[in-house]
Amino acid sequence: MNETLSSMPFLPALLLHAAIPLTIILVYALVAIWAERKVAGFIQDRLGPMRVGGWHGWAQSIADLLKLIQKEDIIPADASRFWFKFAPFMMFAASYAAFAVIPFSSGYIGSMVNIGVFYLLAVTSVLTLSVIMGGWASNNKWSLLGAMRSAAQMVSYEVPTIATVLTVVLVAGSLNLMEITELQSGNDTLGFLPNWLIFQNPFLITAFIMFFISILAESHRVPFDLPESESELVAGYQTEYSGMRWAMFMLAEYADMLLLSLLGATLFFGGWNSPFGDFLAGPFWGFFWFMLKGLVLVFVMMWIRWTLPRYRVDQLMAICWNILIPLSFVNLVLAALWEMIF
Amino acid sequence: MVQAVKNSWATFKSIFTGMGITGRHLVGPTVTLQYPEERATLPKNARARLFVNMDDCIGCTLCAKACPVNCIDIETVPTTADVDLGKTSTGNPKRFWLTRFNIDMAKCMYCDLCVHPCPTNCIYMEQEYEYSEYDRSNLLYKFSQLSPVEVDDVKAKAEAEAIQKQKEKEEKARQKAEEARLKKEQEAAEKARAADDGTGAVPAADAAKAAGTAAPDAADAARVAGTAAKPAPGSPSKQDDTQNPSKGEA
Repeated sequence: MNETLSSMPFLPALLLHAAIPLTIILVYALVAIWAERKVAGFIQDRLGPMRVGGWHGWAQSIADLLKLIQKEDIIPADASRFWFKFAPFMMFAASYAAFAVIPFSSGYIGSMVNIGVFYLLAVTSVLTLSVIMGGWASNNKWSLLGAMRSAAQMVSYEVPTIATVLTVVLVAGSLNLMEITELQSGNDTLGFLPNWLIFQNPFLITAFIMFFISILAESHRVPFDLPESESELVAGYQTEYSGMRWAMFMLAEYADMLLLSLLGATLFFGGWNSPFGDFLAGPFWGFFWFMLKGLVLVFVMMWIRWTLPRYRVDQLMAICWNILIPLSFVNLVLAALWEMIF
Repeated sequence: MVQAVKNSWATFKSIFTGMGITGRHLVGPTVTLQYPEERATLPKNARARLFVNMDDCIGCTLCAKACPVNCIDIETVPTTADVDLGKTSTGNPKRFWLTRFNIDMAKCMYCDLCVHPCPTNCIYMEQEYEYSEYDRSNLLYKFSQLSPVEVDDVKAKAEAEAIQKQKEKEEKARQKAEEARLKKEQEAAEKARAADDGTGAVPAADAAKAAGTAAPDAADAARVAGTAAKPAPGSPSKQDDTQNPSKGEA
């Protein structure tokens, strides 16, 4: 009897707890897609969407969503039906699952596990799998080519991502993202700078640059958007998808972008810590600062998207294997030496 | 190694240069015109829809002749003597009823060539550029101010006057012929009188008879010419109809 009583409020509480990142992802995706189009517009001296909803077309994404819901769910005749249908959900599930270990504020983290960073990197590998699943199940050569490129790219770039994250873990001495964030509280560096890890060790600055390049590739953003490359592969592995299944891919992609940006904000820029020490601190302000840091990185990703052209596959691989991987490991060793000496 | 560092440096430099440029455009002004709400101010010599100020048109059809795509279709009827259409604002007298002045804007290619020949500057291009239609026949602009009844009236009057004039002409020709015959008779008579003094009256009478038969022939010829000329005012309109079948739909 005691068990039932205590489990009754537990389940709704659990669902609510789990739904918080989902809400954040969904709202973020709506805003980010609109913002991406506005950024694209302004960079090209256009206005972007202006019609729906009044002020600067803010409801454009909602209108697009309604349109996508109404669309026919087309499945190619020769596709593997089950895997074709399953891939987008699996991709989003992987992105969503990774949010469990992101500390959104000092008062909220999905799961306080001690292997947070490890779990996050492991779960995001499933993204590769779902991309291949979607591409292969489509039974379309462009889809398959896109999926293959994507697999090669994501597997390759996981190495420098992990190496740079490892550098942070080495400095912080923890795999728990909440602990890593708490470590960065205070404003003591050089007397005025916040205790963010990026200011703690010069090799973490280079680590961040490499990390940022790697997450651009991991989340399929320009200049490493070869899996989609809408101008040559007709959106790659998404070619055969339509309606809400395509929207799930899109959502997962934007969620992935936010996830990696938030990871970057946690690892290098103090997570939910206020840049002004105790000023404007607290759980709610913490959430604000954390999202702000993440969204600034997302904005930089968008900015890069509308600036740089796309790399070729061989260039992409050369950057990863010839430059990023050796450099990131050298950087790891140098950061470790710096920690030993100072 | 040195080369790799150099390359990396060049890459980063170019990336930041590029992002600087896009960043400037990001905050800079946009060039988009929110069309239905905002409209561009057209230059003064912008070419758009044609307009004809019919009060100033004298029916010279220079514009129709200048048109390279034959999109201007004009039919004129001369005014009768009892009508005075007045003068244009430029002082040119108006001598024609414009029973038809159609411009097919679906054909028009906005070359502006019809505007310049106009002696009274009554055909020109407006600033109006939003006149799309669902039906192409709606692009046939009719500028004639006369109603179909008036057109028929005017045409009938003009034709009547033309016939009247033709008759007058015939009458004149007949009179002329009569005068010529009289003159010839007189001359013949004079000659006969002169001959009478010498030989006899018989050749003189022959000459007079010959002159009398010749004169009616001339009158006949004039009459034949008149009947041939009569349908002339109506025929150009028929030709125009065959040239421009769209007129029937309009």
